[in-house]
This record gives sequence, structure tokens and C-alpha cells, in this order.
Amino acid sequence: MADILVYVPETGKHAAEVLTLGRSLGDVSAIAFDAQSAALASEYGAAKVYRVSAEGADDYFVDPKATVLADVARKTEPAAFLLPSTDEGKALAARLAVDLDNGLLTDVTGLDAEGVAEQDIFAGATITTSKITKGFTLATVKAGATEAEAAPSEPVVEDVEAEVAESDRRVRIAESVVEPAGDRPGLAEADVVVSGGRGVGSADDFALIERVADVLGGAVGASRAATDAGYYPHKFQVGQTGTTVSPQLYVAAGISGAIQHRAGMQTSKLIVAVNKDADAPIFSMADFGVVGDLFEVLPQVLEEAEKRK
Amino acid sequence: MNIVVLVKQVPDSGLARQLDAELRVDRNGANNVMGELDEYAVEAALQLKEAHGGEVTVLTLGPDQATETVRKTLAMGADKAVHVSDEAVAGSDALATSKILAAALGRLEWDLVIAGAESTDSGMGVMAHMLAARTGAAAATGARKIELDGDAITVEHQRENGYDVLTASLPAIVSVWDTINTPRYPSLKGIMAAKRKKVETLTVADLGIDPSEVGAGAATTEVLTAADRPERSAGQIVTDEGEGGRKLAAFLAAEKFI
Repeated sequence: MADILVYVPETGKHAAEVLTLGRSLGDVSAIAFDAQSAALASEYGAAKVYRVSAEGADDYFVDPKATVLADVARKTEPAAFLLPSTDEGKALAARLAVDLDNGLLTDVTGLDAEGVAEQDIFAGATITTSKITKGFTLATVKAGATEAEAAPSEPVVEDVEAEVAESDRRVRIAESVVEPAGDRPGLAEADVVVSGGRGVGSADDFALIERVADVLGGAVGASRAATDAGYYPHKFQVGQTGTTVSPQLYVAAGISGAIQHRAGMQTSKLIVAVNKDADAPIFSMADFGVVGDLFEVLPQVLEEAEKRK
Repeated sequence: MNIVVLVKQVPDSGLARQLDAELRVDRNGANNVMGELDEYAVEAALQLKEAHGGEVTVLTLGPDQATETVRKTLAMGADKAVHVSDEAVAGSDALATSKILAAALGRLEWDLVIAGAESTDSGMGVMAHMLAARTGAAAATGARKIELDGDAITVEHQRENGYDVLTASLPAIVSVWDTINTPRYPSLKGIMAAKRKKVETLTVADLGIDPSEVGAGAATTEVLTAADRPERSAGQIVTDEGEGGRKLAAFLAAEKFI
């Protein structure tokens, strides 16, 4: 079987998806920098785990891990090296591509054993297949590309002791600040996302969007129009310049559905739209749409949900 | 403080975009604009220059028509520009692009490079780190805030659930998100002044790169097929006449979300 390297950064759903995709291509060798990542790798069927200890690696941005990953790749000559398409995953992949002079595909939504990768381009309007013609298949995998399936294994564990070189201590992570999103799931990984747009009308009225999200156990998102108007923080923006989501259910309230927004949500499984304007483009992609005032429609949904509990 | 800003002309993301016969981004359409996040990079550079002095140089790689994007950055207030324009570049992948930009950076005096976190056409979001690997500069990417104090730079790296405070010494490469500032519009005075600013146009040979090392022939990735995404078919649309919310709730219940 082909040897597939997978960088496992954290214990999230996204990392489990990348491990699952890797398993469909060959024997997965996971690279884990902590015990939790190693545990996730064995839960999702890794045949081998490179358990890296690198004193101080967590204190510096990207460089120390990039050096370790490049070393492992050189040693193992894998058929493919997969990383999650996160900021960190892409940064590491960029370093690997230059260090190893190897082609790179980012944000792949599918990959087969021949190295043919599927990607969404132009905000999802076009689907391409591509492959790497120099080196191994180095790819970052978009969240939601595959469904994570557990397959507990007892991987061979190889301990890797790495020194963090002075040249990799260039960018220090002086502080990590968590801005609580309450009990809501992360936007990129949530099964349900409820987003509000310009039609919500004010920051205060976003409380209604939050209530609907909470009833559905989902995350709150916002269109660019809503974040630009200051109704909701920028970091919750769904769209071309924000987060791309691919949940089981996407609820768009007071969102017209501009290309910029559709880019971030059009691969959702089910789309529900509520908008006053019957001509809003969002309705052309909705599985269920209500033409009406969201302040009439959503409270009624909350009421019904309460009854059905 | 010498700052280089990387900008890229891209097809307008608000309009329909397509690939050409060679399965490359079609740049011959009329609607090319400056990359959306690049405007925030230019603004960040101008603000740092206003606070700390120095010079802002814009660097772009692209066909002749990218001059329009260069002019816009000069009208916003950048001091001068370097435009690498060469037919040999067409079809270059990210690795070749980073090789060219790194060579161009090698000819400039800079303390800080600022770029958008990703382009709005290819959207890979890898250039800052590729350039860091090639130049040896520190890379602090995905910024929502940049502070300078002498030789020390502090960046707030945006994460979904918060941010990391990154510190480094110059020279550094920083990429920015649209949370960092509100880009200015070019003033009439700025537009007039831009006409007198210097734009240096270079070929890859001028940068000491053999044209065979870049472009489609040297690409390390290949696009095999491209197809339009099948249109999502519209489902059931109801007009609220007092029961819209209940109908929606029934749909959500049938799909087992409530």
C-alpha cells in the first residue's frame, strides 16, 4: 500500500476527515506533536504515528513544525502528504513545497489514489481536477471534503525527537487569546450554521439569529454586508473573504445571496432561506425558502421548536 | 522603514469568471481589478509609513494591463512601483511565482513586506510563507493588527476563536485580512500625483531567472478538467401569509433538525 503522510494538528472534526481521506488512499502515517493528536490518529485508523517531541515548538509560529514535517517527508518519500486546509496547514504546506521543490494543491475537496484532486474555484462556480506533476501529492484538504469515519487501530508509534533550531525561532507566539463564542460550535466545523445578513438590520437584532442557532445546535454566521455594517463581528463572516462552511443545514436569514456570500456556503447539504425579497438570488439555491419578514418567520420557528421538544 | 506591498490584478470576483482554453484563469475579460485583500495591504503599508516614515514600494507580477492596478496603488499614496511583466510568466504556478517575487524583492531595500492573506482568483493563501522560505525573513501571517516599535514587529494573527500575538524582528513578511483597516479611496490629488511616480517594468531575465524556469512549461501542477458546478435546483418556496414560520419548522422537523 502507498504510504500517506497526514499532519494531525488538533483533535477536531477537520483533522479526522483528513485522516479518513488518507486511509482511502493507502496506509496512513500520522505526524502528531501531542498526545491528543496521536490518539485521534489511532481512532481514525493510522497504521503508524510519528510522535514528535520538539521542546519549544509550540512557542513559535509555523517554522519549527515546518522543519520537522519536511524532514519526515524527505525520509519517508510518501505517495501523498495531506494537511488540513487551515491557516496553519496552508502555511506548513507552502514551506514544504519550497523546501522540497514539490508541487502543491490547496483546498482540495476530493483526491483519488492516482493523485487526481478535485477543487472548487471561482467561489465554487467551477470544479476542476488537477494533479501534481513534480514530486508527491502534496495537498491541503478543505473541511467537509469527506465524512470522518472512525476505524480504531493500534498504530506503530515512532518517537521523533526534534531540536528547534535558532533559525526556526523567528516568530514567537507571545500570547494566545481565546475570544469565547459561548457554547456554540466553530463556524467551519458546525453541522448547522444560521447566518444573518443586511436584512437583520442591527447588531441587537442578531440576538434572534443567535437564538435560532442555539435551538438548532448550530454556529452563527453573517454575510459581508452584515459584518461591514457592524451588526456582527468580522470573524463570523461566511463568504469569499470569510469562512467557507459546508454544513448539513445552512439557514440564510435576510441574506440576498451575492456571489461573495454563495462562495462560502454553496456546498452546504441543505439550504434554507428567509428573505422579504422574492427575487433574492438565494432562493434559486434554497431547498426550502420563505418569502417573508424574518422577524415574523423566525420567532414562529422558535415557538414550533419549543413545542416539539 | 521601507515597505514593499504585493498586489495582484484579478478578475472581479463579483462577476462571473472563467478559465480559458488552456484551463488558466481568463485575464482577458474587461473586468480586472486589484485583488480585494490587496487594498487592505496597501492601506496597512500607508498607515505604517505615515506613523514611522519611509517609503512604500508596490510590487506586482502580471500582464501589461496590471498597470491599472499599479496606478491605483500609487494614487492611494504608494511612492513607486515595480511591475514584472513577461509573456514567459503566463501559466506559472505558485512555486514559480514565489521564485520571481523573491528575486524582485532581492533587488529592493525592504524591512517589511505586506500582502493580502490570499488572492481572490486562485485563493491559495500560500505566497507569504513561500516568500519567507525563499528570503529567510520572518513570516507573521493572517494579521488583523500590525504594530511596529523600532526593529520589533507585533502582529495579531486572526484565528476563528480568537487571535495569537506574534512577535518578530524585521525584516518580516506579513499578510493581512480585511479586519485590519478600511482602505482609503484615491483622492483627485492622489490620482494626479500618481502620474508622476516611477514604475519600473522588468522581465524575468532582468531578475536573473531563465524564462524556462517559470510559466506553464515549468509548472508543477496541471489542471486536467474543468466544469461548471451543476446549478442547485430551487426547492420549495413559500410566501409567508402568517404560517411561513410553521411551514419552515415542519420542514426542519421532517429533516430531523428540530
